[in-house]
Amino acid sequence: MTQRVGIEVSRAVAIAAKLANVDVVAAYPITPQTHIVEDLSEMVASGELDASYIPVESEHSAMSCCLGSASVGARTFTATASQGLELMHEVLYVASSMRFPIVMAVANRALSAPISIWGDHSDVMSVRDTGWIQIFVANGQEAFDNILCAFRIGEDRAVLLPVMIHLDGFQLTHVIEPIYLEEEDKVEKFLPPNDYPIPLDPDNPVSMGAFGPPEIYSEIKKAQDVALTSSKSVILKSWKEFGDAFGRYYSPLQCYRCDNAKVLLLAMGSFSETAMSAIDAMREDGHKVGLIKLTLWRPFPFAEIRDAVKDAEVVVVFDRALSFGGPGGPVCSEIRSALYDLEKRPKVIGFVGGLGGRVVSAAGFREIIEQGTKIAREGTEQEYEMFGVRE
Amino acid sequence: MEKFSVFAPKLVTKKENFAPGHRACVGCAEALAVRLSMKALGRNVIVVNATGCMEVVSSPLPHTSWFVPWIHTLFENAGAVSSGIESGLKATVRKGKRQPQKISVVAMGGDGATSDIGLQAISGALERGHDFLYICLDNEAYMNTGIQRSSATPYGASTTTAPAGKQSIGQITWKKDMPSIAAAHNIPYVATACPSYPFDLMDKVKKGAHMPGPAYVHILSVCPTGWRVSPDLAIKIGRLAVETGVFPLYEVENGNYRMTLDMQELRPVKDYLKLQGRFRHLSEETVNEIQQRVRHDYAKLKEKIECTQKRKS
Repeated sequence: MTQRVGIEVSRAVAIAAKLANVDVVAAYPITPQTHIVEDLSEMVASGELDASYIPVESEHSAMSCCLGSASVGARTFTATASQGLELMHEVLYVASSMRFPIVMAVANRALSAPISIWGDHSDVMSVRDTGWIQIFVANGQEAFDNILCAFRIGEDRAVLLPVMIHLDGFQLTHVIEPIYLEEEDKVEKFLPPNDYPIPLDPDNPVSMGAFGPPEIYSEIKKAQDVALTSSKSVILKSWKEFGDAFGRYYSPLQCYRCDNAKVLLLAMGSFSETAMSAIDAMREDGHKVGLIKLTLWRPFPFAEIRDAVKDAEVVVVFDRALSFGGPGGPVCSEIRSALYDLEKRPKVIGFVGGLGGRVVSAAGFREIIEQGTKIAREGTEQEYEMFGVRE
Repeated sequence: MEKFSVFAPKLVTKKENFAPGHRACVGCAEALAVRLSMKALGRNVIVVNATGCMEVVSSPLPHTSWFVPWIHTLFENAGAVSSGIESGLKATVRKGKRQPQKISVVAMGGDGATSDIGLQAISGALERGHDFLYICLDNEAYMNTGIQRSSATPYGASTTTAPAGKQSIGQITWKKDMPSIAAAHNIPYVATACPSYPFDLMDKVKKGAHMPGPAYVHILSVCPTGWRVSPDLAIKIGRLAVETGVFPLYEVENGNYRMTLDMQELRPVKDYLKLQGRFRHLSEETVNEIQQRVRHDYAKLKEKIECTQKRKS
């Protein structure tokens, strides 16, 4: 019988990787990710998990080790955050372009300078275009479940792409939540062994990572984009099968009390759960408001987004990252772009907040929704609003 | 030694594991070093290539020169990719997911990939004790991008980013001693080699690959294009590098130093320098300076070898 236990979310993520029976973990310590790989190294040390744990000398090497181990068909896991993700940056492109199904947990954290160990989504947004499948989780259970799904999705022959699971640093990684930790045999049934089609093997030699002259580069990039875009069907199928097996279903986005809502708030990650309280309170007061919690960041769920907002008048997008000198929040920018060509479209108002660990309370989200509604009505000269900033 | 050179060629496999038809320059001793290394390694090998000349000349899609499994990802990470491959192989074999088979993991990178941008990843891989061989193909500058200086460029050489001019002799720093840096990791095997001495090179590569744990072989590879020499002199210049003491051939096995080709008397470095356009501008004074430094470094190396001999006796 599956038990629901109170456990730190980082530890649950590590247990998920163990249940996935990973072969190689290569990692470098960085707050707030470190608990995940500490736990994995303990499991390896105690014999609870049979894997090679590579305590690398940098995140660049962590991801490079992952390339190597994935290239020989080993199931590969790592975790990082913030500057670590930045240091991996160029390697991330190689992982997706070379079609290695690596799974990485990212404990989302702000970027320097000034140095901040606390959470926001600046790190994620800088790797938005690296070609990885990217999933945002809002709580510990979602983190646990989606680590398992990530292997299933990434290793699917029709996909063969790396997957990032984004979980908010501290707000998720360091909190204890009640989580169903699934049983090994059930996980084994859901997650078949990694069967990478062309591992490096002297009996069947292949050249990987040859250079692409202009005659072929564009075709390769187009093929890569098609692969990422079409991975959505496998993602949906895997989530469905996960739900059938474990009773918890996921989807690219979830609508919370969106029925007849005129104003929708859109958020990603753990803050969306706080926002739910604001929606509840406002609904009680008779406001027609709802929440869209965006889970699938890449491939971007255009159809689902368009459908979810079709009856709304205003969409207020809450970003935890800032595109300097640009349109404000990257998520808002993408939502706006996704809706622009629609004949009937809601006004899209962008808010940036929750940077570097700054908390946004339920009351704060209520303020954001109210202010956003007002801006939609009255207009503004600003490209975006920064919530709760002292000017 | 003479006997060896008479009979050994017959023992060397005729099978090529690095195919001809690649796009290396005429007279490229680095391509020769790879070809010889691959002969020595056989086919139970996975090659990890750093970005650089050898990667570029051997792998324009859809062609490849590699008869063995080969992977290239980035410039500075060959040490780390090798670590991942070695660990991945170990884990999957241990867990019964892959047939047990002795596979040598061999990383290759140029002097830039090794002594500059990739040094950290190499140091990490050597320190962690992965069972792999790292081969540095040292042609003493960033030749692939057009002869820019690296930390392995020798003192006085003119390159495109440290050119000789009225105010400069070109490279004003002494060549980074990468084999010593590798040896400082106390790994089981470190050696220097040069394709001008093919059997010595093949022996060392084979030894490094078969030695359990990390091994490092540093191969001086004459680059006619970058060194401004006639392509037909590549082998000769490699021999002169060794005969003048500029690039001594030695190995460090479990901390024990041994000259693999001991020069009783060193030829003057002038013999080596004068054939190369990159040193053409050097004054007699600078040549003397180089001569002194070579003598000094050679003596230092001999001391290490004497220490080993004393310890053993």
